[in-house]
This record gives sequence, structure tokens and C-alpha cells, in this order.
Amino acid sequence: MNRRLAGRIGINLLGLLVFAIMIFPVYWMVATAFKEGQNILSDTPQFFPSPLTLSNFDDAIHRAYFWDVVKNSLIIVGTVVAVSLVVGFLAALALAKFRFHGRAVFIVVILGVQMVPLNALIIPLYIQLSRVGMTNELKGVIITYLTFVLPFTVWTLRGFMLGIPRELEEAAMVDGSTRFGAFVRILLPLVAPGLVATSIFAFVVAWNEFLIAYVFLNDPEKQTLNVWLAGFTTMRGTDWGPLMAAATLTALPPLIFFLMIHRRIAFGLTAGAVRG
Amino acid sequence: MSQAPGGEAGFPAMTSAAAGSVRRRRRSLGGSVFRALSPYLLLAPAAIVVIAVLGYPLYLLTRLSFEQFGLAELITRKGNWTGLDNYRRIFRDHQFWTVLLRTFVFTVVTVGLTMIFGTLIALLLARLGRFVRLLLIAGLVLVWATPVLVAVNIFRWMVDYEFGVLNWTLAKLGFDSFQNKDWFADPTMGLAVITAIVVWGAIPFVAITIYAGLSQVPAELVEAAEIDGARRWQIFKDITFPVLLPIFVILTSLSIIWDFQVFNQVWLARGSEPEEDYWLMSVYSFVEAFKLGEYGFGAAIAVVMVFAMFFATFVYLRQMVQMGETR
Repeated sequence: MNRRLAGRIGINLLGLLVFAIMIFPVYWMVATAFKEGQNILSDTPQFFPSPLTLSNFDDAIHRAYFWDVVKNSLIIVGTVVAVSLVVGFLAALALAKFRFHGRAVFIVVILGVQMVPLNALIIPLYIQLSRVGMTNELKGVIITYLTFVLPFTVWTLRGFMLGIPRELEEAAMVDGSTRFGAFVRILLPLVAPGLVATSIFAFVVAWNEFLIAYVFLNDPEKQTLNVWLAGFTTMRGTDWGPLMAAATLTALPPLIFFLMIHRRIAFGLTAGAVRG
Repeated sequence: MSQAPGGEAGFPAMTSAAAGSVRRRRRSLGGSVFRALSPYLLLAPAAIVVIAVLGYPLYLLTRLSFEQFGLAELITRKGNWTGLDNYRRIFRDHQFWTVLLRTFVFTVVTVGLTMIFGTLIALLLARLGRFVRLLLIAGLVLVWATPVLVAVNIFRWMVDYEFGVLNWTLAKLGFDSFQNKDWFADPTMGLAVITAIVVWGAIPFVAITIYAGLSQVPAELVEAAEIDGARRWQIFKDITFPVLLPIFVILTSLSIIWDFQVFNQVWLARGSEPEEDYWLMSVYSFVEAFKLGEYGFGAAIAVVMVFAMFFATFVYLRQMVQMGETR
């Protein structure tokens, strides 16, 4: 009995060790962000920041264009999430609730396009957008982001909708409500958690995207937070304190959102998964 | 980066035909025409977007790969058809084979490490107490949500040659050669750091998916095997692994797709100017197109990349097409 107890304690200690190793880089970023300059550049690393300071954050948000790029990121991500949610919802409804010719083809297309590497598509997308004069414009980036956000939105929402028992809708219609009434009163509330989870996935993926924004947006005041942050690193002699503070700010929205829906992630995975 | 469908749980396909027939009788003719058209109307916006932002670019990519398309052509908006010239050039290019081999090795190593560590952590999660399990899952989710760019910066800071925490730790542990070691001076070491960034970011997805799949393994089978005195490794090999095989196929295929086209980590770790010894396929294609202005040649490299990936994930693709047919 004692040996079993020891085994259980050992396993849990191992679990804690794995947790510590995995989380350390994130901890190190936050800890560095709160340290004073001389404590960052010290021969013996300071593992717990003391004294704490906000000066790195102050420095980061007062760098040129910070508020511009925050605004751009919010506009781009907000529009992409809204558009792909509406368009994706309609398509998911068709795929989950109707049988029609071409349905199988569309499903294969939706799955297949997600395998095409974005890095391969960036060349034609760039040429296509430059032809219509939409490079260096937020709307060009928004349209391009739909290439990877829309397919998985359709797929994930379809999964959530299939999870709703058909009998519920039918019961409502027997009671005399129309198909649309059943949709508004039964389907919509049931699929709402799925909509929230999907839009958060979409938000995080679009927020974390780097390459397209980097190639398509040239003017510093038009860039996104991620591209702005990349500019930090190429400056002569890296300023680790403000850089880590800026990195913390960039990572904050996805971190909060992901923790919020993390119970639903296991389901989201089986319904049609995403890696940010 | 690119997203992909994950594990397909067995959602039963629902037939609307039977349920619909009752209602249809009450509808007028106009209603039934509308009903027949409605799935297409619902699908139309998504179809238009997919064709515009995916279909056309794919066509353009293929066409570009047969053209000489440089900066001048970007302005005149018309490429010159050169047939297979770009492809001939690629296969004769010594650099192409070097980059392909490097990308291949990089993919094998990162996918292998991701799958091994992901599986081990999933098995560990299943045996942990409630508190530690939730803690570890929350930790994994945090890592998962971290933007690539942020991750690269953190790792660059951790391996900083002068004040990095890694060199300090290694020196403390007695490896004196790591004092003031510049990890990116040697491309092999530098690529090892990049591998670590990729694997660290990829583990959570794999671990949480496998952990979710573990609940499908019949507990009676495992208990019976334990009573028969089977070792843990045998239980994993003969029971857990076969049950989870579809999940392993999907995860391995997705990891191959993602790791074969790694770009951001290399690009950003080398300050947007990666040395040739660091080039992976997507970096090679990108530099040819956007730095040297050879869009046609870059497109041809990208096409080769797509084909290489389709071959590497053939099993998964077949599964996917079957799925589309049966539903």
C-alpha cells in the first residue's frame, strides 16, 4: 500500500516537473518584463523579479506606432472573425442540416484547402492583391486571412451543429412553429457556445498570424502588433526588458481567451481542430 | 499558420429526408423549390470566398510556376510562358537538394520529438491527480496560445550568449564550454534551438488531443491485461496504440504538414535575414520570390513543396476523401 502511495506521489511530482519545464519560457518572459534593467543584464539570472517595475511596459507602449498597430490588429481580427462567423455559420448550416448534390465535394474541398500551405499561397496572393491595388491596405490582409480562418470555421461549426439532436427542432415544429422559428428559438441558443468557442479560435489564429501582415503591409502605421514586435528584434542591440514587456502585451489576448474556453478545447478538437 | 481539421469524432450523419417529407406536403410548390435551393443559397457566400481567396490563387500559383515572372512582370502584369524551365532549374540547382534534405531531416526530427513527448505527456496526464492534471492542462493551453513571434523572442532571450538563462544553467551544471556560447554561430546548434521552439509550441495540441482520445480505450481491456501481468509498455503497444491509431495518423500527418513548411521560426530567430545554412523550403521559396524578385521560380518551389507534402500525408488524405464520400 505504501509503495502505491509513493508511486502516486512520484507521478504527481513528475507532472509538476513537466508543468514547470513547459511553462518556464512564458514565466521567464513575464518575469523579465517586470524586472529593472540592471537585474535583467546580470551575470547571475534573477529568478524572481524584485523590485518589480512597470517601466518596461511604459517604454513599450510609448514606442512609435504602438497604438496604431493595436488598432490595426483589432480592426483586422474583428472583421475577419465577424465575416467568417456569419459566412461560416450559413455554410455549416447547409452542411449539417441539409442533404444535397455536391455536399460531399464541398466537404472534401473544405478539408483539402486546409492542407495547402499558406506559405505556398503567399506569392499568388501577393500578385493578385497588387493587381487590384490592395497591398499595404488592411482590407487586403482581411480578405487574405479568410483563406485560413473560414474553412476551419465552417468545419468546426458544422461539428457543433451535428451535436444538436434533431428531435429538439422537430418537437418545436410539431408545436406549430416555422422552420425559421425553430431555428431562432432552438438551434441558435444551443449552438451559441459553439459560436463563442469558434470565434475565439478564429480570433487567436488571426491575432497570431505574422507572415501575411509582414509581406502585405509596408507602412509602419499600417502594420499589426506582431509585425511591430518583429521590428523590435532587428534593432541594434536588443533591449530585452521592453521587448519582453511588448511580447507579454502581444500574448495577453490569446492567453486570456484560450484559458477562458480551455474546457471546451477538447471538444473543439474532435469537432474540427485548430492549432494557433 | 495553416489550420487543419483534427480528430473526426463519429458524428452520425443525419438524414433530413425522412423528417422533411412530413413537412413538405404542407408546403406550396414555391416553398419546395426554395427548400431545394436553400442549401445552395446558404453555401454560396462561403463558396465564393473559397474560390476567390483559395481557388484562384492556387491556379495562379500553378501558372506562375511555368512563367518567367519578375519585378518587371509585376508592373506589366503579364508573365512570359517558359514551360518547364523553372522546374528544370530547380532540379539542377545544387542548393535546392541541400535545402530539401535539410527540410526533410528537420521535419523528421521535429515531428518525431513532438509525437514522442506529446504521447508521454498525454499518458502522464491520465495518471495524475485532479489538481496536478488541471494545472498541467492549463500550462499546456498557455503554451499553445503563445504567438510564434513571442515564443521566438523568448527563446532568443533564453539562449542569449551573454545573459541568457540557458548558458548560465549549463555552466552551473559543469558544462563550462557553454559560458558565453553563441547558439546561432553554428547552424546545427541554431537549428536545434529552432527545433526546440517548434516542438515546444506543438506539444500541447498533440498531448491534449491524445489525452482526449485515451478515454476511448476500454478500461476493462487494460485491467484484464494488468491482471494477466502485462507490463506498461506491452499495454501501450497492444491495447492503447491500436485503439488510438487513427488519432496518431491524423496528428502525425498534421505535424508533417506544419513542420515541413516552418517559416516564421527560422525567419524571426535570424532577425529577418536567415543565412543560407538556415534555409528550409519555405524560406528558400520566399527569398527567391520576395527578396530576389523571382516570383515564377519561387512559385515553382512552392508547387514542389505542396507535392512533397501530399505524398508524405497520403494515408491521411485517403482517410479524408473517404470521410467526404460517406457523409
